[in-house]
Amino acid sequence: MTSPTLKAPAGAGPRSLRRAKPRYGERVIQGLLLVAALVSVATTVGIVVSLIPPTVDFFERVSVAEFLGGTEWTALFSTPEYGVLPLLGATMLITVIALAVAVPVGLGAAIYLSEYADRRVRAALKPALEVLAGVPTVVYGFFALSFVTPRLREWWPGGGTGPDFQNALSAGLVMGVMIIPTIASLSEDAMAAVPDSLRDGAYALGSGKRIVSVRVVVPAALSGIVAACVLGISRAIGETMIVAIASGLTATLTVNPLEAMQTMTGFIAQAGQGDVPVQSFEYKTIFAVGALLFVITFVMNVISIRLVRKYREVYE
Amino acid sequence: MTAGTGIRVSEPPSHPAPRKLAGPRFRPGESAFRLLLLCCLAVGIIFLGVLITYVLVEAWPRLDSRLWENFPSIRRPERAGAQSAIFGTIWVIAFTALFCLPTGIMAAIYLEEYADQNRWYNRMIELNIQNLAAVPSIIYGILGLGLLARELSLGTTVLTASLTLSLLVLPVVIIASREAIRAVPQSIRQASLALGATQWQTIWRQVLPAAVPGIATGSILALSRAIGEAAPLLLLGAVTYVAFNPEGLESAYTVLPIQIFGWISQSREEFHHLAAAGIVILLAILLLMNAAAIWLRNRFSKRW
Amino acid sequence: MTDDAIPAQNTDDAHALPLAVGDRRRGRPEPSLNDPVFHISDLDVWYGDHQAVRDVTMLIGRRQITAMIGPSGCGKSTVIRCFNRMNDLIPGARVTGKVAYHGENLYDADVDPIEVRQRIGMVFQKPNPFPKSIYDNIAYGPRVNGMKGNMDDLVEEALTGAALWDEVKDKLKHSALALSGGQQQRLCIARAIAVRPEVILMDEPCSALDPIATARIEDLMAELAADFTIVIVTHNMQQAARISDYTAFFTADVDDKGVRHGRLVEYDTTVKIFENPADQRTEDYITGRFG
Repeated sequence: MTSPTLKAPAGAGPRSLRRAKPRYGERVIQGLLLVAALVSVATTVGIVVSLIPPTVDFFERVSVAEFLGGTEWTALFSTPEYGVLPLLGATMLITVIALAVAVPVGLGAAIYLSEYADRRVRAALKPALEVLAGVPTVVYGFFALSFVTPRLREWWPGGGTGPDFQNALSAGLVMGVMIIPTIASLSEDAMAAVPDSLRDGAYALGSGKRIVSVRVVVPAALSGIVAACVLGISRAIGETMIVAIASGLTATLTVNPLEAMQTMTGFIAQAGQGDVPVQSFEYKTIFAVGALLFVITFVMNVISIRLVRKYREVYE
Repeated sequence: MTAGTGIRVSEPPSHPAPRKLAGPRFRPGESAFRLLLLCCLAVGIIFLGVLITYVLVEAWPRLDSRLWENFPSIRRPERAGAQSAIFGTIWVIAFTALFCLPTGIMAAIYLEEYADQNRWYNRMIELNIQNLAAVPSIIYGILGLGLLARELSLGTTVLTASLTLSLLVLPVVIIASREAIRAVPQSIRQASLALGATQWQTIWRQVLPAAVPGIATGSILALSRAIGEAAPLLLLGAVTYVAFNPEGLESAYTVLPIQIFGWISQSREEFHHLAAAGIVILLAILLLMNAAAIWLRNRFSKRW
Repeated sequence: MTDDAIPAQNTDDAHALPLAVGDRRRGRPEPSLNDPVFHISDLDVWYGDHQAVRDVTMLIGRRQITAMIGPSGCGKSTVIRCFNRMNDLIPGARVTGKVAYHGENLYDADVDPIEVRQRIGMVFQKPNPFPKSIYDNIAYGPRVNGMKGNMDDLVEEALTGAALWDEVKDKLKHSALALSGGQQQRLCIARAIAVRPEVILMDEPCSALDPIATARIEDLMAELAADFTIVIVTHNMQQAARISDYTAFFTADVDDKGVRHGRLVEYDTTVKIFENPADQRTEDYITGRFG
C-alpha cells in the first residue's frame, strides 16, 4: 500500500545533521524585528531627550520653588509669572469631577457586563462602549462647550449666574463620560479573572447575586479595579482637547468648578499653536509644563501597570 | 472572555428547607441593584445618542457638497468647506499607516515569538510599551515639535505629523497584534517546526496568516484613533485655514479634527454649524472604520 | 508533560479491540536491534531546577515500532521530545547525556535542529492540522524543505501512504479542519511522511480518538513500519502490546523531597515485557496493580 517512492533514505547515516548552510536570513530577520521593538524604547528616550534641554533652560530663569509654589500663571503676558499651581489645580479639579462620574458609572457597567449580562447582551453592548471610546476628543469638547454648558446654565438652580461660558464643570462631566469605557473595560477584565470557585462558594452559602458581586467579586478584583481608576486619572490629566475647548484659557487658582480655568494641557495647546520661535522663553515654558505633565502621568501609569500585574499573578 | 459564564446558580434559595423553594420571589434589593447597574450602562449609551443627535441637528444646514468641494475661509463662512482638511487627513493617515503598521506588527512578532521574557531588556521593552500606551497625546506633540520638527529639521509638514501619529498609535498596534498572535494555538507552531520548518517559516507561513484578521482589526482601531487625534497636531503646525490640498510629504497641511477645533473657536453662528458638519464627516469615517473592524472580527473569528 | 490520562479509555479500547500481544504485527520480521537508529545514553532532562528524566539508556532499532509506556509523569513524553529536539521549544528545558542518531549526537552544539526535524518527524497527541486545505497541509513540509519534484504526485503518495487518499481525493482543496478527528490524525501522519523522514515519533497519537479511528491508525502504523522507524508514546498498554516490537517501561521515582523523576525501568521485546517481565514494577504495572 505504501508508495515505493516514499521509502526512507536507504543506508544508515545519510547526510550530516550539521547545518547544511548557515541560516543568515533567520538572524537578519530576528535582528530587524528587534529593531522594530526598540522603536518604542527610542520613543521614550526621544520624549525625555526632547523635554530635558528646554526644561533645564527654563529652570535657569525660573526657580523650582517659584514654579511649583507660585500661585500666579501669566506665562504669555507681557509681565509673566510662572507659578504652575493654577494649572495644576485646574487639572486636579477637572480630574476629580471626571472621576466622580466615571468611577461609579464605569464600575456599575463593568459589574453588569461581568456578572449579569449573558453572552448575547455582552456582545451587543461591548461595541457600544468601544464606539464611545472611539469618539474623538475634539467632538467631546464641542459637545461640552455648545450643549452641556448651555443646558447647565439654563437649568442652574437658585441665584447667581450659574456656570461661566467656559467652565471646569462641563469639561469635567464630559471627560468623565469619555473615561467610562476605560474604567469599565479594564474593571471587567479584572472581574472576569476572578475564578468562579469564589463565586460558587458564596452562592453555596445562599447569597444573592448582588451580595456576591459587591462582597466577593469586587473585592477580589480590587487591584485590577484600582488599576483601571489610576489609568483613568492618567487619561484625565493628559486629556487636552476637551479642556482646551470647554474649560477656558485663563489660569485661575480656584476650587469653584463654575469658573473658567486652564489646565496644564490647555496651556500647552494654547502656547504651542502657531509657529513658536525656538529661542523664545515661551517655547521653553511649553516644555517645562510638558515635563511636569509627563512625570505625573508616568507615575500614574507605573502604579497602574504594577496593580494589573498583581491581580494577574494571583489569578492567572 | 467567557470566564464569567460558567456554572452559576441564577436564583439561589436564601432560606432553609421548610419554605417553599419553587416560584419566583420578588427581591427588592436585587432588582434595584440590577436597575442601578443598567442605568450605569445606559449613561454612556444615552450620552452617545444625545451627542450624535445634537451634532446631526446642528450640522443639518451645512451638510451639503460645499463641505467637500470648497476650501476653508474665515471671511465667508457660508462658502467655506473642509476639502483641504479631508485630503490632509487622508494624506497624514495614509503615511501613518505606512510607518506604524509594519513597525508595530514586527515589534509584536518579536515580543511574542522571539523575546525571552527572562531577559531584562525584553521585560523593559514590554513595560515601556505599556507606559507609552498611556502617555498623553500632547506629550507626543512635544516630541514631534522638539525632536522631529526642530532637531531633525523636518518642519511642520505632513511627514512630521505622520511620524508623530505613528509613534502615538504604535503601542496600540503592538498590543493588538500581540493578542492576535498569541491567539494562534501553540500546536500549529509545533506542527510546523516538527516538519523541519525554520522559526521564520513557521511565523510567516502559519502564525501570521492565522493572525491576520486580529491584526487587521486592531490596526483599523489604532488608525481610527489617529484620525481623531488633534492635540499633538496643534503643536505641529496644522493650521486651520489651508487653502490647498497637500502635494507631498513636505507639504503644509491641516486635518479634520484641527479644522473642527478652528471652527469651534470662532464665535459666529455659521462656524458653529460648520464645526458640527465637520464632526459628522469625522464621525462617519470613524463609524465606518469601526464597523469594518467589527465585521472583520466576526467574519474571521476563531476557527479552532 | 502531556501525560494526562483519560482513565475510561483503556477499558473502552480493551472492549473494542480484543487483541492479544503482537496481533497487529503479524507478518512482520522478528524484532531486532542489530541496526539501531538511535543510541541513547545517560539521558537526563531538566526543566529549570527540576530533573524530569534521569539516566535513560536505550537503543531504537531501524524499522521497528518502539512503544514507551508508563504511568503519568514518568517522563515518556519528555524523552520522545528529545529525539527530534522539540524540547528546545520549552523555556528552561536542558538536556545532558547523548541522543546519538546514526552516531551523531543530536545535542552537539553545531547540530541544526531544523535538519534534525526534517529527518525525524513527529505526530502529536491532538490532531493539529493547519487551518488550510488538505493539499496545502501535505505540501507544506516539502515546500519549506525546498523539495523539488511534482507536488501533486507527492501529495497523492503521502495520502495513500497514510491510508487517507480514497477518502479525501475529491476534496483536496477543502479545509483540513472539516475532517473527522481520526482523519485529521491520519492527515498529520501523511503530512509527516511527506517530508520523507527516517523516523516518525508519535506522542500518544490515539488518545484523542475513538476506538474505530484508533484501530485504523494502528493498522497504518503496522504498514508504515515496513519503511519507517516508529517510536510511540502511549497510555494504552494494550495498544503497545498489539503493535510494537519493543517496549520501554518508564516509571517515576519519588525522592525524599517528594519530587518525581522519570526513569527507564525495563526495555525489551514487547513479548518479553508483557509475557515475562524481569522487573517486579513492570509486572505490577502491566497486570494493573499500579498506575
